[in-house]
Amino acid sequence: MSNEIEAQGAAPGAHVRTHGTRGSYLIGLGYAAVLTLASFWASSTDVVYPPGVPILLGVLAIAQMGIHLVFFLHISSAPDQTNNILALAFGIFVVGLIVFGSMIIMAHLNHNMMPMDRLMQLKLQR
Amino acid sequence: MSAAEQSLATADAVPLSLRGPAPTRVVAGYGFWLFLLSDIIIFAALFAAYAVLSGETAGGPTAADLFDKKHVLIETACLLASSVTCGFGSLAVQSGDRNSTYFWMAITFILGAAFLSLEVSEFSHMLELGAGPSRSAFLSAFFTLVGTHGLHVTMGLCWLTVMLLQVATLGFQPMVSRRFFCFGLFWHALDIVWIGVFTIVYLGAHL
Amino acid sequence: MFGRLSWAAIPFDQPVVMIASGTVGFVIFCVLALVTVKGWWPYLWREWITSVDHKRIGVMYIGLALLMLVRGFSDAMLMRSQLALAAGHAQGYLPPEHYDQIFSAHGTIMIFFVAMPFVIGLMNFVLPLQLGVRDVAFPVLNSIGFWLSAAGVLLVNVSLVVGEFARTGWLAYPPLSEVAYSPGVGVDYYLWSLQISGLGTLLSGINLTTTILKLRAPGMGYRQMPIFCWTALASNLLIVASFPILTATFAMLLLDRYGGFHFFTNDLGGNPMMYINLIWCWGHPEVYILILPAFGVFSEVVATFSGKPLFGRRSMVMATMGICVLSFLVWLHHFFTMGAGADVNAFFGIATMIIAVPTGVKIFNWLFTLYGGRIRFTVPIYWAIGFMVTFVIGGMTGVLMAIPPADFVLHNSLFLIAHFHNVAIGGVVFGVMAGISYWFPKAFGFTLNERLGKAVFWCWFFGFYLAFMPLYVLGLMGATRRMQHYSNTHWQPLMLVALAGAVLILVGIALTVVQIAVSIRQREHNRDVTGDPWNGRTLEWSTPSPPPVWNFSHMPQVDRADAFWAMKQQHGTAQSRDVKRTYETIHVPRNNPTGFFLAFFAVLLGFSLIWRIWWGAGLGLLGVIVVCLTQAWRTDGEIEVPAEKVAAFERLHGLKESAV
Repeated sequence: MSNEIEAQGAAPGAHVRTHGTRGSYLIGLGYAAVLTLASFWASSTDVVYPPGVPILLGVLAIAQMGIHLVFFLHISSAPDQTNNILALAFGIFVVGLIVFGSMIIMAHLNHNMMPMDRLMQLKLQR
Repeated sequence: MSAAEQSLATADAVPLSLRGPAPTRVVAGYGFWLFLLSDIIIFAALFAAYAVLSGETAGGPTAADLFDKKHVLIETACLLASSVTCGFGSLAVQSGDRNSTYFWMAITFILGAAFLSLEVSEFSHMLELGAGPSRSAFLSAFFTLVGTHGLHVTMGLCWLTVMLLQVATLGFQPMVSRRFFCFGLFWHALDIVWIGVFTIVYLGAHL
Repeated sequence: MFGRLSWAAIPFDQPVVMIASGTVGFVIFCVLALVTVKGWWPYLWREWITSVDHKRIGVMYIGLALLMLVRGFSDAMLMRSQLALAAGHAQGYLPPEHYDQIFSAHGTIMIFFVAMPFVIGLMNFVLPLQLGVRDVAFPVLNSIGFWLSAAGVLLVNVSLVVGEFARTGWLAYPPLSEVAYSPGVGVDYYLWSLQISGLGTLLSGINLTTTILKLRAPGMGYRQMPIFCWTALASNLLIVASFPILTATFAMLLLDRYGGFHFFTNDLGGNPMMYINLIWCWGHPEVYILILPAFGVFSEVVATFSGKPLFGRRSMVMATMGICVLSFLVWLHHFFTMGAGADVNAFFGIATMIIAVPTGVKIFNWLFTLYGGRIRFTVPIYWAIGFMVTFVIGGMTGVLMAIPPADFVLHNSLFLIAHFHNVAIGGVVFGVMAGISYWFPKAFGFTLNERLGKAVFWCWFFGFYLAFMPLYVLGLMGATRRMQHYSNTHWQPLMLVALAGAVLILVGIALTVVQIAVSIRQREHNRDVTGDPWNGRTLEWSTPSPPPVWNFSHMPQVDRADAFWAMKQQHGTAQSRDVKRTYETIHVPRNNPTGFFLAFFAVLLGFSLIWRIWWGAGLGLLGVIVVCLTQAWRTDGEIEVPAEKVAAFERLHGLKESAV
């Protein structure tokens, strides 16, 4: 019965083998805890070159998300996970576009356009 | 080869995409996965707004003024732990173990509630200081982003309560088991979003 | 007690509004009275309102869209007649405050409550039939999605009578849409009705994507799937990925309006440009959501009526998925003039030009499908050929405006209006009309009257050109959009021509109503007894017309694209579709009132929030929760159709076949 389900594709988070996934949660917890503490440390340490700290934080955050996806949501490269990975990839693509696209565009707009408070001041002067 | 392995072997010969309609469990799981992705895109828009507006403090309090990292670390620990206990709980659901289910899901609930109460206390403290969402664009974005996450956690806790009631009244029917599975996806996804929140909002503030 | 609601909300002093709403109210009353007197309520409740059958829901979506087409088009007639009159010193008959509501309502209704329901309705009806399965992935969710859209429709139309509508255009840009400059309820009506229907659309998107990816007949892999299913997949992926942006952005504007937040306000750090950025992040994928299913319809229609397989199947699929991805990379072209600078403008301008390429691939594929085929000039092919000519023109003007310097001249002019109506009417409307006339016999068991169908086409075709070609010229002459009055009297002749075009389209819409009435009267004469009136190629034509609730008595086994055509080649005729004579019990989803009740409470919630009637909002929310909990404990979701009933149905249709 569970073989049949496997054969038809598994949703993320599906427990493919019931034994051993307790372990996967605990391993995931271990990795995630270490990475979390590393993030907190990285944001307040003087040891790391300061302009590199945001990048380090980003890497740590992505690593943590990856741990969650693999150890808690059981995303893998198995053929029954392909649809899930494609959907995830599309989602990441859109999220990246929205966040970074907006940041780039708004930075350009803010650079070129008069700040709103000065604009309002001008308006009030009229 | 055992019969199960044999059927797997022949099943492997036919690609997944040609095997006809998938079973309900797979269909429900995938549909919920898509819903989660759409939810994450809502968060993406809120993150984008926060990224753009985080500097617009309008002469009011800034992120560095307001955020307490120790507080956030405890919140993060609560949520991460609750993710693991949720995982244990979903294993219990899979094996149909009622008591284990109640136990692990109750702990998940407590940890989630702890997270929420910490967050509520932070919000009310900020409101007391006059640093509410109508003070500046930065604060609007902060309260909305973190508040939406908190709202999702709240809805998750309500959903968990309903699920435990369903187990109590209906047992581990396929329908109930499917819904627990979706809840697990939801709860893990909330922790993933929180990683983004604490990294960008709280840790990013102190740079 | 009633928040801001009072008798002053009803515009007794505006005769146009009072007459319009009075007429509509009277018509609704007559319809309800007729239904009651004839005793049709149990039938309607059982067969339509609580139905979770994708075929019924698809038909209801299209019915809703047709109704709203009349509403949106009457707004258009008001605008065209106003502009035909208001030249030089004349002021026309619509004051600016009223005119602003009209163009805002026109755009909102046409995009959200006409085009979207049309497209979703077609996909809903066709997809499970083409995929060879019994229903969509989540039938109850399907019903919920439809009724939430209907709730949005109701709220928008109530705004005509109780209160006002937004005056901010169909996208409600801040700071105009903020409380400081729009203190009334108009923008709130706009926001809440779109949040509610947007949720319905998102649920539909999830439903149909899951259906296409996880529910297909055995043997139907991605390469064997019909092209309409591919375009539907791309469209629904876009819905799932883009509608959340709309939800979030509207939520931020609602927080500004209700909570005094400062996302997009002029003061305390708000940035209105961020709204425009985010809303178009949604807005551009939205137009591809609308056009991709139309492209799919044309792929089916062109192949069927040329009697050939679609040319370039693989490139068609790649072009479709290419458009899906590229549609997220062009959104800034909607605000080139907002000041992002040359670098950013250049990137998006180039991306916009690139996205025209896959569409061009599709056009060539359709042309090469027609070439060398034995073309039957039915109504759907008329729409297809009309589309190919018209859409190409609209696409070219789009590429013209993709060049930022050109856009600086033409942005927000009537040229822009002409462009998007060109692609929306020539693409989406023509595609939906083709789809309706193509699949109508499958849905209702008889074909539509061909002569009237062609008359409808010619009215729309010539009406469109008369109405919008002058607008291209006017745009180049400097006329802007959303203009209640203009001082340059040289523009008036062109405005009159545009009015004539609008009248011609009005005739087309009227003829559609006539066509449906006549076709119903002639239905025995036009009965589709074989289930395959067009000698079709895909699986939906292998079912009887209309199909039984369970669609297929036996799950079809597929091994190649154009599965039904292959079956016909193998077995000789359409009639020999079901060689087996043993049937099994079939499980079908049971009717469910959840969707209807959720929508009811959503309307209560929305209306109360709009008017700040907090207890009403609480009641609505409570209602929603109770309905959800009731559904959560429902365990009898399916009914069994016994094998004998299936066999009896097949025998009935088998008898009809052998009589032919």
